[in-house]
Amino acid sequence: MTTIAELPPGFADKVLSAQSTFRSVMDAMARPGSVQRIVPMAGAPGPMMRGTAAIALTLFDHDTPLWLDARMAESADVTKWLKFHTGAPVVQDSSIASFALVSNGGALPSFESFALGTSEYPDRSTTVIIQVESLNSGRSFELRGPGIDGVAALQASIKPFDLFERLHMNEALFPRGIDVVLVADDAVVAIPRTTRIVSKGS
Amino acid sequence: MAVLAHAEAGEIAARLRNLSLPDHQDLRTPENGLVMLRGRVGGDGAPFNLGEATVSRAAVRLASGEVGFGYTLGRDGEKARLIALCDALVQSRDFGGAVEREIIAPLREQLMVRRKQAAAAAAATKVDFYTMVRGEG
Amino acid sequence: MYVAVKGGERAIENAHRLLAHKRRGDQSVAEISLDQISEQLGLAVDRVMSEGSLYDRELASLAIKQARGDLIEAIFLVRAFRATLPRFGASEPVDTGTMRVQRRVSATFKDIPGGQILGPTFDYTHRLLDPSLAQGFVPERPAAAEASTAPTPRVTDILGRDGLIESSPEAEDGASVGDLTREPLNFPADRDLRLQNLARGDEGFLLAMGYSTQRGYGRNHPFVGEIRFGEVEVDFVAEDVGFAVPLGAIELTECQMVNQFKGSATEAPCFTRGYGLAFGQSERKTMSMALVDRALRARELGEEVLAPAQDEEFVMSHSDNVQATGFVEHLKLPHYVDFQSELGLLRKLRQEFSKASAETNTPDAMKEAAE
Repeated sequence: MTTIAELPPGFADKVLSAQSTFRSVMDAMARPGSVQRIVPMAGAPGPMMRGTAAIALTLFDHDTPLWLDARMAESADVTKWLKFHTGAPVVQDSSIASFALVSNGGALPSFESFALGTSEYPDRSTTVIIQVESLNSGRSFELRGPGIDGVAALQASIKPFDLFERLHMNEALFPRGIDVVLVADDAVVAIPRTTRIVSKGS
Repeated sequence: MAVLAHAEAGEIAARLRNLSLPDHQDLRTPENGLVMLRGRVGGDGAPFNLGEATVSRAAVRLASGEVGFGYTLGRDGEKARLIALCDALVQSRDFGGAVEREIIAPLREQLMVRRKQAAAAAAATKVDFYTMVRGEG
Repeated sequence: MYVAVKGGERAIENAHRLLAHKRRGDQSVAEISLDQISEQLGLAVDRVMSEGSLYDRELASLAIKQARGDLIEAIFLVRAFRATLPRFGASEPVDTGTMRVQRRVSATFKDIPGGQILGPTFDYTHRLLDPSLAQGFVPERPAAAEASTAPTPRVTDILGRDGLIESSPEAEDGASVGDLTREPLNFPADRDLRLQNLARGDEGFLLAMGYSTQRGYGRNHPFVGEIRFGEVEVDFVAEDVGFAVPLGAIELTECQMVNQFKGSATEAPCFTRGYGLAFGQSERKTMSMALVDRALRARELGEEVLAPAQDEEFVMSHSDNVQATGFVEHLKLPHYVDFQSELGLLRKLRQEFSKASAETNTPDAMKEAAE
């Protein structure tokens, strides 16, 4: 069993690395579909990608309940690492989670099981972070919405295959809804609740 | 270990210098944050949030594997690191005794002197009602 | 019409420079240090920590220096600073029963276990200005006496043993502790949120509210059961460590107010309570807080809510001096467009008024009026 002493380290420079990672995620949210790079690196435990680890170190803390999918939750390294470096409480009930970490997109539960926010506080929704195979090759997607000048093209290899169909629910729910962050290694793409898919190639 | 949180970083560092320390590394570099301080309704009832305090924390690992944690009120990261180092040393067979003897015990002594002085000054302001003459004859 | 107004950057920059200059004052006078503020203006520091809701003497001293002694501005600075730090968690509730008391008085019982300890207090001073303090004053060493090792139980605990006073509300199993810095306030609010709000609340506001209850606006017949000031230890269960670690000690003031009794056919009469707790030596604040806490329990105790101090929405929405000063002081910022529209409306109304009065003054109208 891994002890705390053997866990992968956090950021070498906490402040600057967190600022830089925050900037990447913010740019990704502001320009949906665009691929942003996460530069500062921290060690990543178990099935967690290094981009996900950097996002965790930047955005998670004691006040952000965390839901882990089965593959993440089964890894003692992941749970110990998160506890030591972020202090975020891991919860079983996904409907109260601030963030969800999904390593196996094929087993992603229905978005309805997460927090969707309220009309008064639509921000109190779960931000779902899904690790995917690739954000530069695979099927092509065309996206529209605020933050996109015309149409944004995204090539990605994503599970679940019907991710964008599932995100249709955001249309009816607005201003409530789910924001998704896709991570592949050090690449990150955000699909905020305002983004709509217009076409899907092969 | 509570004694260390009451001491100054300089006092701990000065006493640590008398020991030949084993190799160690920062497992968590010192960082500052907040802890919400809680009181209880009526002093003994249900808890409520009174207000926050600044807290510094660190974690240190000895080459021999012992991990120590340091937490202290305030924003002195070096103090948190020194507490973490002492916490790790206390767990080690080679250093536990020396840390207790050379660092914790003398600091405890100092703390007790300070507390005793404060208590004596307060005690001097204790009201003695019995100096009054009572009207029962 | 939307009118964008821009400009004044240089004026603002120069105003800040002038402020910095004024803050420093005459440079032939020695600059004040944070230690001087912390050591010699300690009660101002205590107030900024309490209402800034952040226990850190050094930061509160810096805020007072930066704010030129304007304590509400200093509180604002401290609140803004705390928003930049991550929260590691919440402490174990502090135990004021184990306080190392520097001061402890009761107005209800003369002889309390552990005794009445006056400590450093302004009480019984003559409130005469002391010219000897103006310069070079060296105080005498404090007197010392054998300190008793007897415990100093809370006076309310002693009354509680005989059932003469209501017991404190117990925590409900699994209930989370409300935090108004995380969740916006909703009314009615539970007592945990009310006490958090009052603990951060403006001392002047709470003093006026507490005073109003004494003058009959929500009278509840208070006695000071006990005021105590001193150090308590803080423990924190750190997630990474897995057990409680000591963080050190903080100074607190606690006020237990013993109030008007209640009783019913099914319940024997007993005294009710109000509670005050604040950082540092903050006696006026905790006494006012305890009075207002008791007044705000009107609904729970089946009292008619008639006075402002009993109205939780009124009290809790207006107690925070950072919110209050923000809304009051924003009035001095440019409202040119708002005011233009008001001015336009007023001119139109005046035109209509003068037109109407001109018509009523015509001979026809006068004739009609005469008929």
